[in-house]
Amino acid sequence: MDNIVEIKHLNFGYESSRLILSDVNLEIKAGESCCIVGPNGGGKSTLLRLLLGLISPNSGTLRIFGEEPQKSRGKIGYMPQYHQLDPAFPVTAFEVALMGRMRRNFCLRYSKADRDIAMDSLNELKIANLSNMSFASLSGGQRQRVLIARALACRPELLLLDEPTANIDPGAEGDFYDTLDRLRKRMTILTVSHDLGFVNKEIDKVICVNREVSIHNAGSLDDEAIHQVYHHHVNLIKHDHSCFCNCQKES
Amino acid sequence: MSFFQVLFAPEMLFLRNALLIGALSSVTLGIIGTFVVTKRISSIAGAISHAALGGVGIALFLQRVLLWSFCTATWGAVVGAVVSALLVGVVSLYAKEREDTIIGVMWALGMAIGLLFLDRTPGYVDWQGYLFGNILLLSTPEVYMTIILDFIVLIPVVIFFNPVLAMCFDGTFAELRGVRVKLIYLSLLVLTALTIVLMMNIVGIILVIALLTLPAATAGCFTRHLWSMMVVSGVLNWVFVTIGLLISFYYRMPSGPVIVVFAGLVYVCALIYHSLRVKKV
Repeated sequence: MDNIVEIKHLNFGYESSRLILSDVNLEIKAGESCCIVGPNGGGKSTLLRLLLGLISPNSGTLRIFGEEPQKSRGKIGYMPQYHQLDPAFPVTAFEVALMGRMRRNFCLRYSKADRDIAMDSLNELKIANLSNMSFASLSGGQRQRVLIARALACRPELLLLDEPTANIDPGAEGDFYDTLDRLRKRMTILTVSHDLGFVNKEIDKVICVNREVSIHNAGSLDDEAIHQVYHHHVNLIKHDHSCFCNCQKES
Repeated sequence: MSFFQVLFAPEMLFLRNALLIGALSSVTLGIIGTFVVTKRISSIAGAISHAALGGVGIALFLQRVLLWSFCTATWGAVVGAVVSALLVGVVSLYAKEREDTIIGVMWALGMAIGLLFLDRTPGYVDWQGYLFGNILLLSTPEVYMTIILDFIVLIPVVIFFNPVLAMCFDGTFAELRGVRVKLIYLSLLVLTALTIVLMMNIVGIILVIALLTLPAATAGCFTRHLWSMMVVSGVLNWVFVTIGLLISFYYRMPSGPVIVVFAGLVYVCALIYHSLRVKKV
């Protein structure tokens, strides 16, 4: 299987004396479904920004699809956390999804094919009925889905999701996991989550980030591995449904 | 004497010019105001407008002391506003943590330099006109300048509307899709600077932020597309300037403050209506 993401001996810090990520080695193969977990401030978002080519490593190599991240952006679909965006911005759900069809030197209007792809993406997330609604009037979970639809409209080979379940209602989680399962069959998915509950049996690789990176299979993520990442005890509760575990920090 | 008799009287050219410039500038203000409000850069617009006064002061000083006739107040304002827009824009893009400081510095320093140079400029200088505007002193060349600015703003925004929308909504995503976010952002800041210079004559440097933000913010209460916000904002601008001018003409009050107070009252009403509607939903 080809490596889609290949990181070797990567170091990064905004100040060279204080590294946020140290000696990171990571390989993600085509079709794998991975989840980046770790405590706040551990470097999850920094790793995501490095993968997107928004920042460059201090040392080491980082290749996405065998190229520098900036050159492979066309193959990546990215969903940010919705609260990073202005909730009052005057734009409809369909217009947001259409932004996934944006490309270099684009001007004037989107083509009919672009519009069809954007609508297909909304359909895939089962929110086509919201297409004409203002983004501001949607709930947190609906906005999250619109942003995933925008990422899918890029027709990506690698999908990067930043905290995708943060605002999904417990009742709608099942639907959301079904959608992710469908997507896993045709693209590589890398999810960032602070919630260990996201780690379920469908995840191939759990990437634990807290300055250093350790990689586990979802099944092998035990108390000891989690303690090494979070530096405190976390209670794991096995669930019968899709979640492999849920966590509760001990104060 | 009815309003129309007054309007078409031969000696009332200044009033016709004022109303015409009010209508023509609505195109530019509708577009740029929407950009300022949605991108939340009204404080940057404030810094640019005050830095423009620095340019005016230096230009008038050079014109009268060194007899450099090409250094007009308008060109001074253009240079001051554009240079400050680029400076604040670059800091905002590459050193976000310093943005607030550089805005404050531009704001205060621009005004201080302008007032110092105006104080040292020989002869009479109507500095209050730059601070508070005097739309009734506008002449035909300003009408042409407004038309040219309309085209300078309208044409690129129509052509690059979708990249502008993507950049304003989510700059990071737009950059990932290949949009030249930094170039578009700096270009829009330069257009904002040119708009501010034009507005300087209408409402003055102090009140220009109000005309850039109030109509667009009011439009934002009723619209769900960026393009419709631009259109409604432009129409509101025209209504505010026209009604404000008529009130100031009939009641012999300064035009700039009347326009801004009227726009402010409408905005407060729109905000109350919007809040009540959101609560109902």
